[in-house]
Amino acid sequence: MAKLNLNRVSMPKQTPEERGKNFNEVAFGYTHEQALEEAGRCIQCKKRNCIVGCPVGVDIPEFILALREDNMVEAVKSLKAKNALPGICGRVCPQETQCEDVCTLGKKKAPIAIGRLERYVADWEIVHKDEIPKDIEKAEPTGKKVAVVGSGPAGLTVAADMAKLGHEVTMFEALHVAGGVLMYGIPEFRLPKKIVQGEVDYVKSLGVDLKLDSVIGKIALVDELFEEGYEAVFLGTGAGLPIFMKLPGENLNGIYSANEFLTRINLMKAYQFPKYDTPIMIGKRVAVIGGGNVAMDSARCALRLGAEEVYIAYRRSQTELPARAEEVENAMEEGIVFKFLTAPVRYHSDKRGWVRAMECIQMELGEPDDSGRRRPIPIEGSEFTLDVDVVVIAIGNRPNPLVPSTTEGLDTTKWGTLVADEETGKTTKDMVWAGGDIVTGAATVISAMGAGKNAVTAMHKKLMNIEGEE
Amino acid sequence: MYKIVSKRELAPKIKQIEIEALRLAKKALPGQFVIIRVDEEGERFPITITDTDSESGTIKIAFNEVGKSSKQLGNLNQGDSILDVVGPLGRPSEVSNFGTVLCIGGGVMVPGLHYLARALRDAGCDVIGVVGARTKELLIYTKEMKEVCSEVFISTDDGSEGFKGLEFIKDEILEKKKIDRVVAWSVAEVTLKTVSDITKPYEIPTMVLLSTIMVDGTGMCGCCRADVGGSTKFACVDGPEFDGHQVDWQLLTSRKRMYLPEERLAALTYEGFSK
Ligand SMILES: Cc1cc2nc3c(=O)[nH]c(=O)nc-3n(C[C@H](O)[C@H](O)[C@H](O)COP(=O)(O)OP(=O)(O)OC[C@H]3O[C@@H](n4cnc5c(N)ncnc54)[C@H](O)[C@@H]3O)c2cc1C
Ligand code: FES
Repeated sequence: MAKLNLNRVSMPKQTPEERGKNFNEVAFGYTHEQALEEAGRCIQCKKRNCIVGCPVGVDIPEFILALREDNMVEAVKSLKAKNALPGICGRVCPQETQCEDVCTLGKKKAPIAIGRLERYVADWEIVHKDEIPKDIEKAEPTGKKVAVVGSGPAGLTVAADMAKLGHEVTMFEALHVAGGVLMYGIPEFRLPKKIVQGEVDYVKSLGVDLKLDSVIGKIALVDELFEEGYEAVFLGTGAGLPIFMKLPGENLNGIYSANEFLTRINLMKAYQFPKYDTPIMIGKRVAVIGGGNVAMDSARCALRLGAEEVYIAYRRSQTELPARAEEVENAMEEGIVFKFLTAPVRYHSDKRGWVRAMECIQMELGEPDDSGRRRPIPIEGSEFTLDVDVVVIAIGNRPNPLVPSTTEGLDTTKWGTLVADEETGKTTKDMVWAGGDIVTGAATVISAMGAGKNAVTAMHKKLMNIEGEE
Repeated sequence: MYKIVSKRELAPKIKQIEIEALRLAKKALPGQFVIIRVDEEGERFPITITDTDSESGTIKIAFNEVGKSSKQLGNLNQGDSILDVVGPLGRPSEVSNFGTVLCIGGGVMVPGLHYLARALRDAGCDVIGVVGARTKELLIYTKEMKEVCSEVFISTDDGSEGFKGLEFIKDEILEKKKIDRVVAWSVAEVTLKTVSDITKPYEIPTMVLLSTIMVDGTGMCGCCRADVGGSTKFACVDGPEFDGHQVDWQLLTSRKRMYLPEERLAALTYEGFSK
């Protein structure tokens, strides 16, 4: 075993200067040697906290052990036993608040870079597909038809697992590609679209019938799906409704929701205009409002489009930033200017209706609010103005009401999320389950997958009349 | 892939195509639209549905060949396919027995309005039509409108046929008849605004169809937002029809011009390319 090293092996990346000018993936991933070295730091402790820290319970010590022993096929198998989308999770999970947060090594120094190892194993599999025995066990056909609505991480998980259980699965997706936020939200430089489509192809290879361009609630209602012979429906429609702040001037030209900004860039490839037809306004001075992953992604996209100055205005302080730590670090390295304790109050325009300036107010932190984070309070008289020509509002999303509002019997909360059983995802409507952002509000890829897994167990039991459910 | 089963030129640079789309044909109603993406590099853009045939499983759409995307769509022929057709999106227009309804349509929007006028007539309304265009050659669907309306007025911007402009509506229609509802559809905001201004003093409910820029068409991006009665609405899910007396026209017009330079560039490159 390698000598215990308290510092994790760093992952090679494009330099900040380079990557600020392209949309290629920022991090190259470990080399084989680097992966083995990092895996060698794992002390294979008895506690195995990391497994509990993982929302889908990946046997982390096991896959790391296999990796360390250079038994790649075993590593892949172990990882994929619990997580069907490791190439995605290794790249976008907030490991620092999950598995890595509770790593025993973390008490002394840097925890094992579990995310990077996960990514390494997943990427190895893509290159070495043929070396892995194809033992996808697919159960005998059950003759039951299941509809999955939405093809984000929740929908993909349910579609794949239900198909493996022998059900006949149709997955309906509103957009022209499958993948949900993984395709339209998270940028190429953080999650290459080829990787997402690789996973979608895998799900299709299990026999899932993917119907694109199909907005449920419009082209067919949920009740009509039942009439067509589907016996169970899973709703994984996400939280795709952008929240605006209702500030004066918010509808000016040049002011985008993060959803629109990112969709134009990632889904429609506006960064390759005019090769691709979808245009986007390229700002010289761009302000992004918010502090989550969505804000980081928007700011870093704006930079890559060619902005000279990109601000992130966040109403709390650096400690409260909800974004993934690695992305905050990347954004800072790339020269994004963080304006903490800052919130916009109104926008000013030129004569033609384009935003030209953003009036802001300085905040201070008061007592903790319901979320446990300290509440930002405006400081009177602290207003100041930033000259900007593009603004991206990235303060959050809510579930799209399209399905709930067209489906009788589906109860929603006051935030527009679906009421669903925490353990099974069962909604208030017979034979309808839900999971992912539509239930939790904007959350994470891995929690959406976890919710999908739980729903699969419950749906399968119910469909097959297996005792012990409900 | 969605196959084009027939194609017709309604006027110079105005085309109508019929597309095979089984589910859509069963579901679509007047006032709804589809989002089209012609090919892999294409943008997503909305077009109003102008008719459906649930038996043959087809829908029709009509469009002006103005920008790159619509020119590209216009260059497709019978037998060719469109990559993506999503719908039916938006709220359908309200259809019930309103009494006397004045349907005012401009240019390329007349076929879609005809689809609505027919539904209104079938619901028991007395429908009066106004068919407008910039100039005589661009008047379309007048014959079809006459079939479903009790009376049809013609209007051109340059006066080359029928009335010049829209001001006649006041004296020739509103002053002479009790109109219970007005529906105005046009891609030109000025037409919609003019109509709304004319009907306002008469307090006639006036629905206008807003053609904003869109991306997803499902309420996901907010690109299509408009200010109606002081609150922000998403045209793709809250509309596309709104109360014309409450629309902030200036905002609407400026938002529609957001990408003019890019649209020109794309159209020019495309024309150079297709020559
Ligand atoms: C920019 C951005 C960055 C993010 N970064 C991270 C990150 O780094 N790490 C992380 O863990 N999480 C991140 N998240 C959050 C994460 O992406 C989501 O929590 C996750 O994708 C939710 O999965 P889902 O399956 O519930 O929904 P989604 O991924 O939202 O998928 C829902 C799908 O349903 C479709 N749909 C919606 N309505 C209908 C309908 N009526 N009919 C048919 N289809 C419909 C949508 O088009 C979409 O494809 C990020 C989110 C965004 C927006
Ligand atoms: S087009 Fe995106 S919300 Fe209306």
